[in-house]
Amino acid sequence: MSVLAEADLRLDAGPIDYALLVIYFVVVLGIGVMARRSVSSSLDFLLSGRALPAWVTGLAFISANLGALELMGMTANGAQYGMATVHYYWIGAIPAMVFLGLVMMPFYYGSKVRSVPEFMLRRFGKPAHLVNAISFAVAQILIAGINLFALAVIIDALLGWPLPVSICVAALVVLAYTALGGLSAAIYNEVLQFFVIVAALAPLTIVGLIKVGGWQGIVEKVTDQEQLSAWPATELTGIDHPVWSVIGLVFGLGFVLSFGYWTTNFAEVQRAMSAKSMSAAKRTPIIGAYPKALIPAIIIIPGIIAALIVPEMAQLKAGDTSSGVAYNDVLPLLMRDLLPNGILGIAITGLLASFMAGVAANVSSFNTVFTYDLWQDYIKKDKPDEYYLRIGRLATVGACVLAIGTAFIAAALGGSNIMDYIQALFSFFNAPLFATFILGMFWKRMTPTAGWVGLLAGTFTAIFIYVISEPSFGIELLELPGQGASFLGAGLAFAVDIVVSVAVTMVTRPKPDSELVGLVYSLTPKKDRAHSTTGEDAGWYRSPALLGGGVLALTTVLYFIFG
Amino acid sequence: MRLFDLRLIIAFLFGLYGVVLVVIGFGFTTDEDLAKAQGVNINLWAGVAMVALAALFAAWALLRPQFADPDKQPLKEL
Repeated sequence: MSVLAEADLRLDAGPIDYALLVIYFVVVLGIGVMARRSVSSSLDFLLSGRALPAWVTGLAFISANLGALELMGMTANGAQYGMATVHYYWIGAIPAMVFLGLVMMPFYYGSKVRSVPEFMLRRFGKPAHLVNAISFAVAQILIAGINLFALAVIIDALLGWPLPVSICVAALVVLAYTALGGLSAAIYNEVLQFFVIVAALAPLTIVGLIKVGGWQGIVEKVTDQEQLSAWPATELTGIDHPVWSVIGLVFGLGFVLSFGYWTTNFAEVQRAMSAKSMSAAKRTPIIGAYPKALIPAIIIIPGIIAALIVPEMAQLKAGDTSSGVAYNDVLPLLMRDLLPNGILGIAITGLLASFMAGVAANVSSFNTVFTYDLWQDYIKKDKPDEYYLRIGRLATVGACVLAIGTAFIAAALGGSNIMDYIQALFSFFNAPLFATFILGMFWKRMTPTAGWVGLLAGTFTAIFIYVISEPSFGIELLELPGQGASFLGAGLAFAVDIVVSVAVTMVTRPKPDSELVGLVYSLTPKKDRAHSTTGEDAGWYRSPALLGGGVLALTTVLYFIFG
Repeated sequence: MRLFDLRLIIAFLFGLYGVVLVVIGFGFTTDEDLAKAQGVNINLWAGVAMVALAALFAAWALLRPQFADPDKQPLKEL
């Protein structure tokens, strides 16, 4: 990230571009003000009153993930590794999103819990709950700070505002609409942001394709033909042997990392929990999976094109770093070279909107966990609902202030290392959580003690792998460049969590069956897991299973064509 | 709980963006702009696409006015 500031990326934005940007921010704040009128309880504020239609929650579901890391990281991967980047979408997201919708949503939505940690509380009791709630809250604040820092860096690079000013301005805007309108405002803005990002990236991709001579032009100009096929992705994984590289991808990225991220990360699951019915909740991640499967076309292809037509990027790819650009700079460089004023304003708006929505997703999931899982459960119980609504608003303010703090920490530590670090931290926290969840949902015998012991054992395993493979610690027992180390760490964390949980369960006492109804597969009557098929949920095209099958088929076809 | 219709906001924002871009595309596109975008009047085309998107959302909102469930009772607190 720090490299971004060194190269001159100042865009030639004119008054019309600024006007388009200002219009967007007026609409965003207007949504906050209007959403405020619909908030009359803490549930309205923190879970949108569970009243949203599936297409809204579905688009918000992927938008919440379409933040700074995603947009800059994946265009950068496209430039650096080529087509192999599609694995992050097709193997690394789609199956997990379908699994969340069809298999896990019945328990999340059906048990009427208000957060992922609350599910832990009811399935495994307080120790597991507290571990999960605190680590989630801390992680969200840290990640919000990183997102805010990334946002400020891009404002600085594009528009020339000093870093501290842009950090504070960005935090204030996010604070204004989330504190006013709560989750509804955050979700509405995520949907709007989705369309603005598409409106920014699609013209960029089209003009880029024309310049490079279409797909044919890419095929002819790419010097390393391996970058045009997705398999075996040895460069991406850092594993030289093609077979092991594919195994690492499928098990590490496709199974453990991606299932861990998409199915247990409350910032994502919260969007589905705010849907208006069981059917809509199941469809939320599945509807999101369709654009997720297609969006590489306007994220990865611009990355590949940039490496061919942007002179600085081509130099970098040839190993010459003298221009000072980094792979992260793909989008600003392409915008500079290809977009005239007018559409340039839309593209700047799209970038800023995307970065801001990342922060908003962190903040709006933090305040729910803080209010319900920490404050209500451990500090002040049994207060009237207005009290918790007020706490929710205060938590939002607190989260933004803390995020400004963590943004300055990120700025002080600087550089892309901090991004990798947070990503590793987050992924090895999610992998064991997924193991505990999946075991707990399908094995009623699993005990409360096994819940938290397994979680801790898995997390420590992942930390151990990270420590012995990260060069900066100086004890490099494992040499795995690229994403290989986090794939391995996540895989082992998952395995250790399962083994430890099973072992501990054998020697401790399970919860009585009566307390696990609605939380465990075998103890939940089929009708409680089913969704209604009448009224707003009627019609074959609203069947979650059919939609899920459809997106898996689409992804398979895409792999055949472009893999 | 009565939420306003998001579809109308999408229609409003992209309608406005689309019209602005179409006007720029028709009236204020220089040769330099065209050269930058490989001879494509990208403002015009993107503007037309945005107006179409706005029209689609506006039509959807007018034909099926029901948006969020207004009668939905918030679920009982645990």
